[in-house]
Amino acid sequence: MAENHPVGFQWVMKAKERGAKIIHVDPRFTRTSAVADIHAAIRPGTDIAFLGGLIRFILENGRHFPEYVLNYTNAAMIVNDGFQDTEDLDGLFSGWDKDKAEYNLDAWKLASGGRDLTLQDPKCVFQILKRHYQRYTPEMVYEVCGIPPEKFLLIAETLCANSGRERTSAFCYAVGWTHHLTGAQIIRAASIVQTLLGNIGRPGGGILALRGHASIQGSTDIPTLFNLFPGYLAMPRAKQDTDFEAYCKNEIGETGWWGEGKKYLVSMLKAWYGEKATAENGWAFDYIPRLTGDHSHMTSVVNMIDRTVKGYFVVGENPTVGSPHGAMQREGLRNLEWLVVRDLAMIETAEFWKVSPEHARGEVRTADIATEVFFFPAAAHTEKEGSFTNTQRLLQWRHKAIEPPGDARSELHFFFHLGKRLRELYAGSTDPKDRALLDLTWDYPTEGRYEDPSAEAVLKEINGFTIADGRAVKGFTDLKEDGSTACGCWIYSGVYAHSENQAARRKPASQQDWVAAEWGWAWPTNRRILYNRASADPEGKPWSERKKVVWWDEDKLKWTGFDVPDFIETLPPSHRPAPGAKGKETISGIDPFIMQPDGKAWLFSPKGMLEGPLPVHYEALESVVRNALYGQQCNPVRIDYDRAQNPMHRPYDDQRFPYLLTTYRLTEHHTAGGMSRWLSWLSELQPEMFCEVSVDLAAEKGLRNGDWATIVTARAAIEARVLVTERIVPLRIGKRTFQQIGLPYHWGSSGLVRGDSANELSALAADPNVSIMNSKAHTANIEPGRVAWRLRPKPNGNRLPGVGLRDLPSVGQNRPEGKHHVITSRDKQGDQT
Amino acid sequence: MPKGFFTDTSICIGCKACEVACKQWNQLPEDGFFFSGMSYDNTMQLDASTWRHVSFIERPVALSGQDAGAFSWLMSSDVCKHCQRAGCLENCPTGAIIRTEFDTVYVQPDICNGCGYCVVGCPFGVINRREEDGRAWKCTLCYDRLTDGMTPACAKACPTASIQFGELEDLHRDAHARVERLQAAGVKEAYLYGVDKDNQPGTEGLNAFFLLLDQPEVYNLPPDPVVPTKKAAESWRAMFYTALGAAAVAMAAVIATRGERAR
Amino acid sequence: MIDKPFLSTWPLLNQIRNRDLLALGHTAKSGRTQQLQPRTKTADRVVKSICPYCAVGCGQNVYVKNDRIIDIEGDPDSPISAGRLCPKGSASFQLVTGNQRAQKVLYRRPHATEWETIPLDRAMDMVADRVKAARDANWQDKHEEGHPLHRTLSMAHLGGATLDNEENYLIKKLFCGLGIVQVENQARI
Repeated sequence: MAENHPVGFQWVMKAKERGAKIIHVDPRFTRTSAVADIHAAIRPGTDIAFLGGLIRFILENGRHFPEYVLNYTNAAMIVNDGFQDTEDLDGLFSGWDKDKAEYNLDAWKLASGGRDLTLQDPKCVFQILKRHYQRYTPEMVYEVCGIPPEKFLLIAETLCANSGRERTSAFCYAVGWTHHLTGAQIIRAASIVQTLLGNIGRPGGGILALRGHASIQGSTDIPTLFNLFPGYLAMPRAKQDTDFEAYCKNEIGETGWWGEGKKYLVSMLKAWYGEKATAENGWAFDYIPRLTGDHSHMTSVVNMIDRTVKGYFVVGENPTVGSPHGAMQREGLRNLEWLVVRDLAMIETAEFWKVSPEHARGEVRTADIATEVFFFPAAAHTEKEGSFTNTQRLLQWRHKAIEPPGDARSELHFFFHLGKRLRELYAGSTDPKDRALLDLTWDYPTEGRYEDPSAEAVLKEINGFTIADGRAVKGFTDLKEDGSTACGCWIYSGVYAHSENQAARRKPASQQDWVAAEWGWAWPTNRRILYNRASADPEGKPWSERKKVVWWDEDKLKWTGFDVPDFIETLPPSHRPAPGAKGKETISGIDPFIMQPDGKAWLFSPKGMLEGPLPVHYEALESVVRNALYGQQCNPVRIDYDRAQNPMHRPYDDQRFPYLLTTYRLTEHHTAGGMSRWLSWLSELQPEMFCEVSVDLAAEKGLRNGDWATIVTARAAIEARVLVTERIVPLRIGKRTFQQIGLPYHWGSSGLVRGDSANELSALAADPNVSIMNSKAHTANIEPGRVAWRLRPKPNGNRLPGVGLRDLPSVGQNRPEGKHHVITSRDKQGDQT
Repeated sequence: MPKGFFTDTSICIGCKACEVACKQWNQLPEDGFFFSGMSYDNTMQLDASTWRHVSFIERPVALSGQDAGAFSWLMSSDVCKHCQRAGCLENCPTGAIIRTEFDTVYVQPDICNGCGYCVVGCPFGVINRREEDGRAWKCTLCYDRLTDGMTPACAKACPTASIQFGELEDLHRDAHARVERLQAAGVKEAYLYGVDKDNQPGTEGLNAFFLLLDQPEVYNLPPDPVVPTKKAAESWRAMFYTALGAAAVAMAAVIATRGERAR
Repeated sequence: MIDKPFLSTWPLLNQIRNRDLLALGHTAKSGRTQQLQPRTKTADRVVKSICPYCAVGCGQNVYVKNDRIIDIEGDPDSPISAGRLCPKGSASFQLVTGNQRAQKVLYRRPHATEWETIPLDRAMDMVADRVKAARDANWQDKHEEGHPLHRTLSMAHLGGATLDNEENYLIKKLFCGLGIVQVENQARI
């Protein structure tokens, strides 16, 4: 956190000053470790084993928060007969379909209505959880993660001692947890720990994602993501969501707050299609494009290589540096018909046709590349107005300082005018396919000499308004499913309440309390702590005076407190839903987790996760060891891209790649470097690509500080300066010791400072739930010195001794056979609906 | 009203915000793109164009109170010390270097002729000449900002308040309290460097002083810096007596010779 | 200085008057030094902004003079950042004013070895033409099993995490209207 979010870290340092303990679990000793109370070096990719160890410690020692767990989680629920755990099936859950290589997602259901409030029934979630993690002992954590038992116990004890009624602990994470084939399950495991300890929905608690880009939260809420509509409504899946009614039936929950989803979808379609969206035409739902499986970034790249994707917009990204497997990224770009890049500086992605490792190796010639490339200079953050959503869901408005230089324009300008041009090109078309474009509401007022569309007008549409009078709604509770309201993103509804830009509020912190509710605006409805109903006990009283934030006011008969209560304001703690209730009527007075269908935090997740209801330790796709816990080596439902360009190492113990390799960022640079490698003030601080190795590895391989080294995986070989440091330590795993190689990933072939990109080394493979890459847990080799380009391995070549094509040995006797969710261009049209 | 910096290295996270904030405000050029191989320190030292510099010290020694094995990583943001007896100032023959109304030491770029006397006058090696223009440059303690009551750029940016700016008296009080707090918490190695005349007679105290967690040398700071001009009066006196002695000897020799000759 | 009587500027008198006998202080100040002030003091306006790097969301004050940015600093009013900025945030002045900023639309023809400059309007027309061509030639109305698809897989998009909410909204809306589903951003990476 100190490395990549230094200014946010000031509050951690303040807390430390007041006695808080900082525990840092990270493969490397970083700037965060330097000021932490405890640092534990963990083997990359073993976080579930570590967190599972914490879960076991909490349960075995009765360190959970009993009232919280009993009332606010699904600990008491009974799981259906027939459920079998990974303990029973050596690393698989029941419901595994060997032929399809995926789970039957109905296999983990809860028995309807079954509960055991004593938590003793062997089929209740609490007991299943206990059994599931019974082997995640401190000794097992040592064997898997490399964290010695005494250190693990110190961490567990410190965490538990600081949790409960009077105290709370927070977890902070970043892509060190998400960039794994089990990333979503790592976060789940942390949720289980925090829920057991009663650390969710309370001040000083929570699981905080430290996100890396100014509005990466915003681009998830209003998603430039294939699978979502604004506000986390699902994009329709072709086979089942054939029309509006089918969509509502399949995708909108019947219980909990999601029961309101129909209002939000109708209002969004009204925002997009205005009067063309009517009850008769299912609110123009048929205009919406449908999904057939995974259309994520990596899949699109594969489709570029296979020439089914013809055109590509790259806006404020630099995928040849920042995305996995640089060679495949560039091959995709070479096979495009056209590419549009918008950025502040001339980044590598825009010049892939000119400079690349393939050029250096003499494999491609510029004149042979047919891709047409457009480069548009972008406006900077000071040259346009608009809102960013930060990592705590807070929308903050930026005012425009000056006009952009030259041809530079905002994305708002580009996409608005591109839309206008396209609508002109299609004007008069009678083709039904073009109605979806021509019927869009696309008439934002423009201002200034460049005819910039008004960002405030767009924000107002996002907020929502009543169609009859065009007045901004106050929040999503004003939205209707009868078509009388429009709202672009329901969770942002309220950001323009009272026709005022709430995101632009800037009442100084010194004039507010610690919640600072009048600075910017947080979704939903300006709540700063999600699920804060859980900060009070079932009767609605704060668990403790120290940690109070919202509570039930007996006199006024409503929820009140420092923060906006994340609950139905007038729903008393004593309320219990009537039998047969629907939608939000199903929420009881003790259901703080209102976005869950049953209002409870899920220790056991009966649906939603593709690899099982409980997090399981699987080894990374390429690991140094066999899975010490189960016969099943790796996530059985991971997404593989089984192609010649994407060779893999042996699943474990590949002697060609004996070292652990992890990648990361540095304080001095920003992600793929487009906003830092061109700035002299940042470039001088970290001027070259380097690799960090331990003193032992340096001695073993003859690596000299400041000299060159070549790092090799089956995908590529890159070179880097050597930084020998005691901050990198060898890890003892089982009876063996493994060396680590650390690689920052910021550099590329352009900019003031240059170097090879770490992502050349990574493979295309993904977490099945969220299609996110693995960049953290690799295996690799390292040799001293530099290797001439012509001698470096091609992804599908075999030029360096020991670097071969994909090798697919058996992985433990219980590894399921089948296609393992392989996605290739062949089944991109397949029916993974 | 004397002003200065108190740099508390015990809470420095090595982010280098101070280095960049300084370059931004003072519009300083970069100092070259050089991979040093010395931990995360690639600017290496204070220089004519680098007026804040963060050192990174990897030690095979545990820090008190930290459970991270026999290792610790110290970070410290170095800066011009704005000494009470400033060698650069006293060495400057042109009047380019002055002591401001804030008791800070400021190089006037319009007066400096690049003679370089100040460079050898600094016991910390802070001030240096810029190759491009030959003039001497160093931290101004944001003199321009101080004239309008603003905080210096580095102290304002510093995320963890490792760099504190204020009136010297307040800083002294806070710093002593901070050392006491750390000592009480078991960080016995915490101490102040250059806080006043008693602490550092050779400079008579620093307006930019530090809280350190190891010996000064570890941070590339001199353990007992002495401003050369501090010895100037003594030297002049010595020189005077030497000259006097020499004159006396010469005179005596002359008289003696005369006596000889007279005889 | 000029309109003062000669004697009053006489150094020795000045030194005595200012108790600066060694002439190491006020009396040694040059005219430039005496007139020194922070450049922000002469700014025409201070514009409230947010740092464009990570997602902490630090407040920034952008100082503008003659329609040029002369300084960017942390906003002390922000409850998030309390006026602080990290090295990247502190470097955002260089990010927005540096000469690395591209200012011209560039076009690379198929097989060309160099960029050429083309007008913004023409480039946007060309992109619109290409979107239409790709969409029309690669439209998928129905799946072979009969259910509607109403889309094209011929185009993809990457980007959004560095953009504004309003921009992401227009991208999602326009691309849904065009039937483009492969819309992704750094949140996936």
